[in-house]
Amino acid sequence: MAKEIERAGIPTVHICSIVPISKTVGANRIVPAIAIPHPLGDPSKSKEEEKALRRRLVEKALRALGTKIEGQKVFEED
Amino acid sequence: MGARIKAVHYLNQFFGQIGGEDKADTGPTRRDGAVGPGALFQRILGSEVEIVGTVICGDNYFNERMEQATEAVLSLIEGYGPELVLAGPAFNAGRYGIACGSICEAVERRLGIPAVAGMFPENPAVELYKKSVYLVGTQATTLGMKDAAQKMARLVLKLARGEPVGSPEEEGYIPRGIRKNYFAGETGAARAVEMLLRKIKGEPFITEYPMPIFDRVAPLPPVDRLGEATIALITSGGIVPMGNPDRIESSSASKFGRYDIGGVDRLTPESHETAHGGYDPTYANADPHRVLPLDVVRDLEREGVIGKLYPYYYATVGNGTSVASARTFAHEIAKDLIRDGVQAVIISST
Repeated sequence: MAKEIERAGIPTVHICSIVPISKTVGANRIVPAIAIPHPLGDPSKSKEEEKALRRRLVEKALRALGTKIEGQKVFEED
Repeated sequence: MGARIKAVHYLNQFFGQIGGEDKADTGPTRRDGAVGPGALFQRILGSEVEIVGTVICGDNYFNERMEQATEAVLSLIEGYGPELVLAGPAFNAGRYGIACGSICEAVERRLGIPAVAGMFPENPAVELYKKSVYLVGTQATTLGMKDAAQKMARLVLKLARGEPVGSPEEEGYIPRGIRKNYFAGETGAARAVEMLLRKIKGEPFITEYPMPIFDRVAPLPPVDRLGEATIALITSGGIVPMGNPDRIESSSASKFGRYDIGGVDRLTPESHETAHGGYDPTYANADPHRVLPLDVVRDLEREGVIGKLYPYYYATVGNGTSVASARTFAHEIAKDLIRDGVQAVIISST
């Protein structure tokens, strides 16, 4: 879906747990998520820490949207 | 009578009879002999081969630390001293397919013995591993187990005996993109003219070389002023309003939902749930933000980091959903977004 929406002209970032799948199918801006059952959360942390973690991931995704790229790019850990 | 050929079978936590999605984080373990579908494989392989051991690993455990998990599984496989390895079949399960592909690749490279996996041709692992591993094409679901086992067994035995392997069509594996040279009866010029004449007459012809389809989209320029941009959220993680009013299927979704979040700041375990059948739903149901980050995006909107959150989010279930379906969903969603001036999209997937 990421690739098709980009093809339609809207820049898209994919926050996903399994990066190889996203790369294979062709998303251009990819942000690795935390884990499969909770890509934007971490049940081992407190609610506040989880939300802070989630916010950092979404901020990274926004940075990815604002970054010029030449080809597929995985926006790894800072 | 020679000694039986020793084989090891790799399975995920489900086929390895450890548990379902709730056990997908199980680390690599081994059990002597055949387990689960291994019994069927053993019957088909017959007396020539003995499945001496089964190595099992949880799909999440493997995919969340691929290199380390491949090493650990390889070690357990090696411990049995096998002469061939079978993995799966994974059917259309993406994480399982990736594990099977990664392990078979490592077995061939590092142990130098034949390894065969089975999976549905649309499994995302196919693109990654078809060149380096023999992947037998299977049906999308376990209805194809017997057929898969027969083809996998036949192929791996051929490899173990050093017999020549035929074409993908003959042997049932997914084309690897490897060219084998041979002397044809006629020259290339004669064959080309013959093919062209057939094409012109509208008669069927078989290409000697299918042109590769490089389906890539050139990256779009970055979003210029995020602080003024309208962003939309989409998820393939299946977060839907409680009760799943649109009845989005838990697997092989045939539709997506468009849900009004105008003025909605938060999702709660009472208001939303996940419809996705391919991962342990416990964490997403307890806090849907773990899959659809509405809370954080609303904060960012309030703070002016983004201009506006589009008042609808889109959800589907990415479990065994065909590429064709995903493409169709995206086309329809894009029409809405373009009409309503959305400038960027965040997709969250499990």
